[in-house]
Amino acid sequence: MYDVIIIGGGPAGLTAAIYARRANLKTLVLEATACGGQIIITPDIENYPAAMHISGLDFASRLESQARELGADINFEEVTDINDRGVEKDVITDSNTYATKSIIIATGTKPRKLGLEGESHLVGHGVSYCATCDGSFYRGRVVAVTGGGNTALDDALFLSNIAEKVYLIHRRDSFRGDAETVEKLKAQPNVELVLNSNVTKLNYDKTLNSIEVTDNDGNKSELEVAALFIAIGRTPATDAFANKITLREGYIDGEYCHTNIPGIFVAGDCRYKEVRQLVTATSDGAVAVHEVVKLLNKS
Amino acid sequence: MSIIEGTSENFDSEVIRSDKPVLVDFNATWCPPCRALEPLLEEMSESDEYKIISVDVDAEPALSASYGVSSIPCLIAFKNGEEVDRRIGLQPRKRIEKMLGVK
Repeated sequence: MYDVIIIGGGPAGLTAAIYARRANLKTLVLEATACGGQIIITPDIENYPAAMHISGLDFASRLESQARELGADINFEEVTDINDRGVEKDVITDSNTYATKSIIIATGTKPRKLGLEGESHLVGHGVSYCATCDGSFYRGRVVAVTGGGNTALDDALFLSNIAEKVYLIHRRDSFRGDAETVEKLKAQPNVELVLNSNVTKLNYDKTLNSIEVTDNDGNKSELEVAALFIAIGRTPATDAFANKITLREGYIDGEYCHTNIPGIFVAGDCRYKEVRQLVTATSDGAVAVHEVVKLLNKS
Repeated sequence: MSIIEGTSENFDSEVIRSDKPVLVDFNATWCPPCRALEPLLEEMSESDEYKIISVDVDAEPALSASYGVSSIPCLIAFKNGEEVDRRIGLQPRKRIEKMLGVK
């Protein structure tokens, strides 16, 4: 029987594990694939207090070591369901069922899809959600990025140094992302901004050949590209809990990291909140464990 | 067992003519999710039911191109020398084992 099971091994989950072990709780972290979550693809973290410059991958790896060193168990299993039996709860994974006194859900977010026909099928054949992973396969080719936030801007800038030409397609006429990056992009001669427009169709046989772009007046055009990098934001990874936990716009709604079920808490980017940053994720991890400790001390 | 480095020289003997199912992980040093996947694949390489082969796409461009790899990490499962499944990106252990047809 665990005192706390943490679902998700990103910054929120692993910080929760550190705090839980320091509170002497028997702690299990269940991570489906790899510790770190979204932060691993950040090349350089520049806004985490006192860390100065550190890659997301190094940050994640240090966090994982810290949690393990303090005695947290970390298992690579995918959680498929949770079961609330009152004081005790079960966490069901693809290979085991674990009993626990409390749960912290820290499953983060996943890339949002355009929802176009062929999109899933084309991953690995011209559609990508990770420019830093796949950009170099398109050296000297023509590619497109769609999105308007920092990820899209950074992706377009990164790709402009590799590809022959980069189209940046955004549904509005201005960008949400940093003004500084927008200026850098405008200075790149091989970047073409396609504003007030959406990607509306993927044309492909075995791989992507071109994309259809529709502007806000309904005019369609076709762009020949070897790859489309999709960076249109993220959606909460809360599907496994949607039938039990109250959601708000897909996120888990919880002040002080509580959910609608006593003993089940939430931390990090999957929680409904205004600011989703590394520092607010780690902060949630600490707050959630504080609430777990209060609950366990009562019983 | 541990993860075996795959090259165009040993691909035939280690993958195509393997009597066990083989997972080939096409990856690169500069690809963060590829690096993040290593601990799981290391753990999985303890199994004696299948083999894990790692191919560096920079060191083996021709081998990678011959399998049409253009997104990484790219995981391809082989049985009896034939590709039976492929997935892009981080995958849970159970899903990888399902690709290889083992429980």
